[in-house]
Formats: sequence, C-alpha cells, structure tokens
Amino acid sequence: MLYTILAGLILAFAAPLLYRLLGRFISVPMVVLPAVLFAYFCTFISPVVAGQLVMQEYSWIPSLGINLQFMLDGLGLFFALLITSFGVLVMAYAGAYLKGDSHLGRFYLYLTLFMTAMLGVVLSSNILCLLVFWELTSISSYLLISYKHKYEVSRASALQALLITNGGGLCLMAGLILLGIAGDSFSFIELLQQRPDLLNHSFYLPIVLLIMLGAFTKSAQFPFHVWLPNAMAAPTPVSAYLHSATMVKAGVYLLARFSPMLGGTEVWNYTIMAVGATTAVVGAFLALQQLDLKAILAYTTISALGSLVTLIGIGSTFALEAMLVFLLAHALYKGALFMIAGTVDHATGTRDTTKLHLLGKRMPLLSAAAVLSALSMAGMIPFFGFLGKELLYEGAFEAPRFAVPLTAAIVFSGIAFVAVAVRLGYGIFFRKSANEATHIAHKPETFLWLPPLLLGIAGLVFGILPNITVAPILSAAAGAVAGSEVHLHLALWHGFNPILMLTILTIILGIVFYAFTNIFTTWPVHLERLYKIGPGELYYTLKNSLSIGSKGFIESVQSGSLRYYVAVIIMTFIVLVVGAIWQEELYRVVTPDTFIAALSDIELNEYILILLMVPATIFVCLTNSRLIAITTMSLVGYAIALSYIFFGAPDLAATQFLVETLTAVLFVLVLHKLPPFVPLVKYKTNAFYLSLSVLFGATMAYVLVMVRQFPLDSELKAYFGATSWLEAKGRNIVNVILVDYRAFDTMGEITVLAIAVIGIFSLLKLYPEKGDQL
Amino acid sequence: MDLIFTVAVGLLFAASLYLILHRHLFKLIVGLMIFGLASNLYVFAIGRLTREKSAIIPSDAEIALEPFADPVPQALILTAIVIGFGLQAFAIVLVKRLYQVAGTDDIDELNNTDKIDSTEK
Repeated sequence: MLYTILAGLILAFAAPLLYRLLGRFISVPMVVLPAVLFAYFCTFISPVVAGQLVMQEYSWIPSLGINLQFMLDGLGLFFALLITSFGVLVMAYAGAYLKGDSHLGRFYLYLTLFMTAMLGVVLSSNILCLLVFWELTSISSYLLISYKHKYEVSRASALQALLITNGGGLCLMAGLILLGIAGDSFSFIELLQQRPDLLNHSFYLPIVLLIMLGAFTKSAQFPFHVWLPNAMAAPTPVSAYLHSATMVKAGVYLLARFSPMLGGTEVWNYTIMAVGATTAVVGAFLALQQLDLKAILAYTTISALGSLVTLIGIGSTFALEAMLVFLLAHALYKGALFMIAGTVDHATGTRDTTKLHLLGKRMPLLSAAAVLSALSMAGMIPFFGFLGKELLYEGAFEAPRFAVPLTAAIVFSGIAFVAVAVRLGYGIFFRKSANEATHIAHKPETFLWLPPLLLGIAGLVFGILPNITVAPILSAAAGAVAGSEVHLHLALWHGFNPILMLTILTIILGIVFYAFTNIFTTWPVHLERLYKIGPGELYYTLKNSLSIGSKGFIESVQSGSLRYYVAVIIMTFIVLVVGAIWQEELYRVVTPDTFIAALSDIELNEYILILLMVPATIFVCLTNSRLIAITTMSLVGYAIALSYIFFGAPDLAATQFLVETLTAVLFVLVLHKLPPFVPLVKYKTNAFYLSLSVLFGATMAYVLVMVRQFPLDSELKAYFGATSWLEAKGRNIVNVILVDYRAFDTMGEITVLAIAVIGIFSLLKLYPEKGDQL
Repeated sequence: MDLIFTVAVGLLFAASLYLILHRHLFKLIVGLMIFGLASNLYVFAIGRLTREKSAIIPSDAEIALEPFADPVPQALILTAIVIGFGLQAFAIVLVKRLYQVAGTDDIDELNNTDKIDSTEK
C-alpha cells in the first residue's frame, strides 16, 4: 500500500512536466493512475469481504512510534474504492473542463496530491500517520480552492477553508497525541484493544472533544460549515471531488473509524447527534434559499453530511449500515450533480438558476445524467438514493433516544433535497417558461457529460441490483465501524410501513416546496439581521480582531526603542538568575563570614585600585563634559590594567595600557566636534535606570562571589603549564596559547581587526556625493 | 583580594548599564566599553586570582610549578581586549559619521527609519 501512496506522490509532482511534454493528453496518465489503483484495490475485495484484515508496516520514525502502518479493512477499502473510482471520473472530467488552461499541469498536481493524501487517510492505521495525510488533504484543498488565484474571493475562500480545517486539524493533533499517551501506543489496532481503559481514562473527555472538533471542521458541521459554500470558488471538478464526494467525508470517516474505540458513551453519542441534526436542518434550510447551482449543491452537501454525522451519533449497528449506504448514494448523485452544474456553467457561462431555462433539448445526454442523479437525490424507486433515504429515515426513526426530533430533522432535510432535486433535474432543463431557452455557447464535449452519466447509471444499477454489486463491501465496511460482523441485505421494497409513508410525505412536500421556490429565494432578506450574527460573520470578526490584536501587541512590544529592549533583556536576565539561585538554594553558599574573610585578605596596594576605580566610574556616569568622560574612563581602564599586574597577568596589563591610550586618543581626535551633553532623560526614568543598573551590578557581583565558593577544576591549566616549554618551546604560557595552541583563533582575530580598519578608513575618507541617498 | 574584584565588577557593570540606557550615542559607546572591561575582569576573577606569580615558566625549569596564574582566562581576555579595541575604534568613527549625516546623537531620534521614508516620498 506504500507503493500506491508513492506512485500518487511521484505522478503528482511529475504532472507539470508531463503537461509540458504531453499537452492536452496529460489527462491520459492522470486518469490511468486512479484506474490502476482502483483495479489494485478491487483485488482486495474478496479477502476483505471474507473478513480478512490486510496489514502492512514500514518503519519511518520508530523512535517516536511513528510508523507507516497501513491497514485495509472494510471501511478503508470502501473509501479507497470510492476515492479511486471518483478519481478516474474527475480526472477525465477535469481534463475537458479546464481544456487549454495554461496551468492544467499544476491543477493535476494538486488534484493527484489530494487523491494520494486522501488514500493515506483511509489506509493509515498509525494515528499520527493519519494526521499527516489529514493535514495534507487540507493543504491540497487550500491550493485547489485558490487555483484561480487572481480573484480575491478565491484567495479569501481558500484561506478561510485552510484556517477552519487546519484549526480543526490542530485540535485533532492534540486529541490524537493525548490518545497516544492514554493508550501508550499510536497504532490503531493496539488502541482498539484498550477500549475499556480508554473509556475510563481521565483524558477521555478532552480526547473525544478534540477529535470531534477535527471531524466537525473537516466535514463542515454547524457552526464550522461556513467554509464549504465559499470553497465553491474552486473549479467545479474540485467541488465534485473534494467538497462533495471525498474530502468532506473524511470527518465522517474519522468519526466512523473511532466509533468502535471511543464511541458508545453519552458524550460521544449526544454531541455528535446534536451537531449532526443541527447541521442537517441548517444546511437544508439554507440550500432552499440559494440561486447559484453550486451554492445549492454545497448547502445540500452540508445537510447530507449532517445526516451522516447524526447516524454515527445514533450509533446502532443499523444506523451505521444506513450511514454507509447513504454515504455512497450521496457521493454518486452529488458528484454527478456537481459535474453537471460545471458543464452547464461551461456551456452557458452562468450558474444562476433564474437564468437557466430549457437546456434539455440541446444537451440531451447531460440532461439524462441530470434526471438520473436528481431522481436518485429525491429518493425515487428504484434508484440507489431511495435505498439510502429509506435506511436514513429508518436509522433515525429507530434511534434509541430522541427519535422524534432526529426523524423530524432528517425528514426536513429530505424534503429540501426533493425540492432541490426537482429544481436541478427538471427546473433548468425541461420546465416550460416564458423566457427563451438559454443560449448555449459551445456544446459539451464527451468527457463533460460522460462521467456524470456514468454516475447516474451507477445509481440506477446499484439501486436495482444492490445485493450483487455494493452490498458485500458495504457490509464489510459497516462491520468495521460496528466492530461486529454485519450482513447487509438491501431491498427496494419493505412493505407499507411508517418509513414508506414518510418517504411519500417527503416527496409531496418536496414538490410543494419546489413550487414555492420563489418565496424561499426572496424571503431571506428578512433574515439578514440573523445572518449578521451567524458563524459566517463571526469568522470575519474573529479574523479581523486577530490581526488588529496582533498588530497592537507587536506595537506595544516592539517599541523600536533601544533602551527599552536593553532594559527588558536585563530584567529578564536578573529574574532568571535570581530565580535559579532561589530554586537551587545557592544563596546558602554565601555567608557573612565569606565577606569578613575576604576583607582581611586585602593588601595595601590593592586599596589603590578601589580608590582609583570607584570615583572614576562615578565621574564617568555623572559628567556632562565629553573630555572628562574620556579621561575618567581611561582612568578606569588603567586601574584595571594595574590589577592585572597585581594578579600575575603582565601581558593583559600591557595590552590594556596600550588599548586605553589609543582609545583615548582616538576619542579626542574624532569626537571633539560633537555637541555637549544635555540631559535628555526625565528624572523618574533616570531613577528607574539607576535602580535597574544597581540591581544588575549587584546580581553580577553576587554571582561572582557565589561561583568562587565552588572549587575550580582546571585540567587545562595543568596541561598548558606542563607542555608549554617542552612541546611549544615558549616560556610565556599565555603567549604560547595565543600563537600556537590557538593560532587559527588569533589569525581570525587579526582578520577582524583588518576588517575594522577597512571600515574605519572608508567611514573617514569616503563621503557621499551631494544628493546621494543615504 | 576577592572582595576588590567583586566590588569592581559590580560597580562597573552597574555603571555600564546606566550609561547604555542613556539616550546619547556617546554615552552608549562609553557604556559598551565599560561593559567590556567589566566582563574581562569578571572572567579574570572567576579563573581564580594568584598574587605575583604570573603564567611564565622560569628559565631554570621545564614545566610551570604551582602556584602560577591560570593562563587560560588570560588568553581569552587578551583576545577580548584586542577585538574590543577594534570594535570601539569602529564605533567611535561610526558615531562621528552618524552625527555628520543625521545631525543628532540622540538614539531616540534615530529609531524610526519608516518615518524618514514616508517624509521623503
């Protein structure tokens, strides 16, 4: 399975090059890859249906427990087949849809990258590995939404999708890491066996909530749904593939995947149920109000995702079966309808349903596809959508708790689906209207109508013959989610039962809703005030306040004042040092006796140093004359040189004398023209600076005293003392170190001086011409 | 003798920070120089002090005999003094040039390049 991922990655990054070589025939290799992968995964159907679990493992970062562990069970195989089969259709469709686009190679790169990442998500059995692929799907989705990057709306939508889904991805990461800590493993299989421990673990609640956040953002659940309609800014093949058939179902996949491990508790079931049902209703309600083809489809997708999530929340084996059947049905008709919307847009140049009329006669094959898909969406016998809807209703109807509100939510969603399906399958293609038929600029070519038609036919075939086509793999998938063996038997006719009544009611009400389309699309003006506080606006408010807040924070922290930075650095230093001394109780080392002993140890000549240094230093600080400052500073330097002499460092003393003298000369020569000092600092600030300086000096002095209470173990001293004459032929050890042991260092030092000389020379001798920019 | 160094190091560090925190470029440079002196002294004192005996092998011996001053901090400090001098010399000339160009030696007036840009354009 690693090779399927690798093949995807390699082909993805080869796509731009292939486009240069093959031109418009680039679609061929891009279609062949998912087709081959589809065939490859098909070979696993019989073992997986027989209950076998295919596992593969490759070490990646074993020290961190991150291995490329792949697993193919019913659920993974179901998704893998879905992803690759849609991959074939979408890749072919995209080639025709974006024909002549100069960036088609790049488009295929992103799309194939996405397909690979999505396969990685459903095949991984290491949860961190899953996370990596999960993030990769978000990133490829971002790139695909912003594909038309010249439009601001595309960029803003892409950013929104990225922020919301990746925000969720971060939550998911935290959740998965906590899960890994709680279960002491990152392997899905091992974690699954620890279910009882995990359920009672103190991390259980945060783990569940964080994983849910990840799933809800990805699957566009209320209130995170706002990114999905905006993601319609992407080219239509992307909407069909990522934003209806596969990527948005990753959240559903995640919840389904973790159901047998973490599910079954009240917090899991009720939260998921509530969020799912709310989303189903909100999505359906908003879908009715839209005029744009893709927006209608986007909101119904949100509603369908809500229904799927609701079913996971209900959690009974039956509900999980229903979830998978409805998921497949939805993918089939919604993918097809998206492609149809794209083709209509391509042919007529508009997606506005009020401007599209009577397209049926001139695009017969496309309208056939539309009718097939719409009938499936409406849940008509004998389409697969009917099966999906029946099971969906039944799953909600037989929910152990809250059956009534859940059924109501699902049925409302169903009614909206019927109304929308009629609009899409009948309204724009066949409905007689006073308006003229919409002008078709260019007739759709084969690959713009064939893929949706194939999906529509598949919806019909699966509906008539479910048990010999899709039931086995769906049973295997449901078994993986439920954690027990499931034998799904699908039949179109269940007899006259309440569910059938609900279905009939749905269809009648749906048609009624369709008849009043105008009311739904014009009336929401009255809801403007409600939408102003909705999650869509909330996103922009948050985003803007984040950027304003960070700007304010930066401005307050980054004042641009050098003194402010220095003061902050020094204060941090003092706090850290004092904190460390306090924590390690190092202050015990220094006692008053230390000072008394040190005081008696001072020889007479050493008092001279203090007598020289203290007044000179104070003078430097207080003087307003530059010359006095220079002189007194030199005095300090000479005092230090003197102390080097007293304590056995004649070389240092010589150098220090020389340097002090040179510095003083340089100062006087260069700086005599500067203005006199004027007091620039306020009294209060000055007091603050003074106390900070005293504190800093005291800290340094204290550290010095403290350090000297510990023995110094210098092997270097003994080494240099023993080898200086014998090996390096020098009696002055300091000199030998500089010119022999550390000769390269000294050479670097000389280089630094040479560079300083060049710098000084150019500063003194080179002047800008008049009018030059500084 | 330790006490002298303790007092000197504390005093010099305090004075150097006090000068650095001032708005005058000249005082900033003086402050940095004193900071360098204080750091050298600090390293010297931490390497332990020995009176009179320097790190030189007498002409009648082949190896240095204890007590003698630790040559390692001395070598480090020597490098630091020389590099410090290069830095000081460059800084002094830089301040002079800056004053010629900008007409001020007040640091706070030099910290906003953006403002200069916006007035020019």
